Amino acid sequence: MTAIEVDHLSKRFGAKVAVDDVSFAVAEGEIFGLLGRNGAGKSTTVDCVAGLRAPDHGRIRVAGLDPRRDRGELRHLLGVQLQESGLPDKLTVAEVMRLYASFYRHPADTDGLLATLDLTEKRNTRYRRLSGGQKQRLSIALALVGRPRVAILDELSTGLDPVARRDTWAIVTRIRNQGVTILLVTHFMAEAERLCDRVAILDAGRIAAIGTPAELGRPTLEDAFVALTSRRPS
Amino acid sequence: MRMLTLTEARLLLREPVALFWGLAMPMVLLAVMGWSASSIGGVPLAAVYEPIVIAFISVVFGVQGIPVQVAAYRERRILRRLATTPAGPARVIGAQLIVSLTVVLAATAGVLAVGRLGFGVPLPRQLAGFAVAAVLAAGAMLALGLLIGAVAPTARTAGAAGTVLFFPLMYFAGLWTPQLSATARHIGQFTPLGAAVQALRDSMAGAWPHPATLGVLGGCAIACAVIAARVFRWD
Repeated sequence: MTAIEVDHLSKRFGAKVAVDDVSFAVAEGEIFGLLGRNGAGKSTTVDCVAGLRAPDHGRIRVAGLDPRRDRGELRHLLGVQLQESGLPDKLTVAEVMRLYASFYRHPADTDGLLATLDLTEKRNTRYRRLSGGQKQRLSIALALVGRPRVAILDELSTGLDPVARRDTWAIVTRIRNQGVTILLVTHFMAEAERLCDRVAILDAGRIAAIGTPAELGRPTLEDAFVALTSRRPS
Repeated sequence: MRMLTLTEARLLLREPVALFWGLAMPMVLLAVMGWSASSIGGVPLAAVYEPIVIAFISVVFGVQGIPVQVAAYRERRILRRLATTPAGPARVIGAQLIVSLTVVLAATAGVLAVGRLGFGVPLPRQLAGFAVAAVLAAGAMLALGLLIGAVAPTARTAGAAGTVLFFPLMYFAGLWTPQLSATARHIGQFTPLGAAVQALRDSMAGAWPHPATLGVLGGCAIACAVIAARVFRWD
């Protein structure tokens, strides 16, 4: 079954075309990478998939739901980890987890989730006092606390040190093994190569290439990425 | 919603400066007036200032507190984060309003207690009328704060707007000159806090607040809330 379908999505902001006729489909249980340079349209695409923005054209389905029309239902099935923090500084890890768990019909066990993300020791620490890696792991935990079928992870490992990045990758793999479909937004090619079953490379709002990292990577995914996206924006 | 409200209450308790301004400052202000032991037209200063101080509370939480909270939640992407959950972003704003209203009413009760126990200012004789006036005054200021927060691009501009508005609002409440000139009082009765102080003063003296004062407060609350809901910038 298809977890995410994006058909001919277009979105412009004033005169600027952010996303131009983008189509892709993500199978259930797949990790699908969305790659592209800054301003390539990744975030706008993700916002449309998450129902945060209305597309100008095109059709989107997430677990069979229309992200705008069925947004109430979608919120229960889709977990989102956004680039920015989005949490109050003065709440502790455990408080935030409990609050977010209260939003969902069938929340995950918050203690178990904190253990999975190696945050048990930090449960009484305020958000502001967490390290970058800990904040990122908390953000992933919150995306998963509603036991979603589909998760969007945006710039998962930006700002993390190499060890924290590897830890995060291991977590993503574990989540997928539990059957969650993942849409991963990244500009780390190594991350995409390691984690993604398939990737789409966006360039200036259009899909430049789509396929498995091995298919696209000649000789590496990064070379393919640079070849596809390095021309100066017109 | 209950969890959100409890969380917002918890967050407010972790802001000692805001609590001091909103909760302790009005009582201190009243006490200073009371100890000065002077009077205006035979009325002790504490009694003159009690409704003014109560109006001050609603400005601190409504016009200075709420805009910053709302704008900060937008700026820090907290509203956007909540928009991806079943809770949605509107409820957390509702929770902030509920918590602020509760604290305003608690601080109002505190001021009444200080006035009564410390300086012998009688409790409101028209208690129901006083309650209506106090709730409407708080509602008007919270709605005005919501309107500022709805459009302010950053917490900083929201704070600045709240501070700028503080002065005219409190001028007509009589914070600096409890006895306004006839012209100022005439204009003042059409401003929310001029009306609020009038309504509170009347009900403390035992009369039902004049419908015009309640109308100004209710109108301000509804108009600000409706416009805020229409123009609210969610991200």
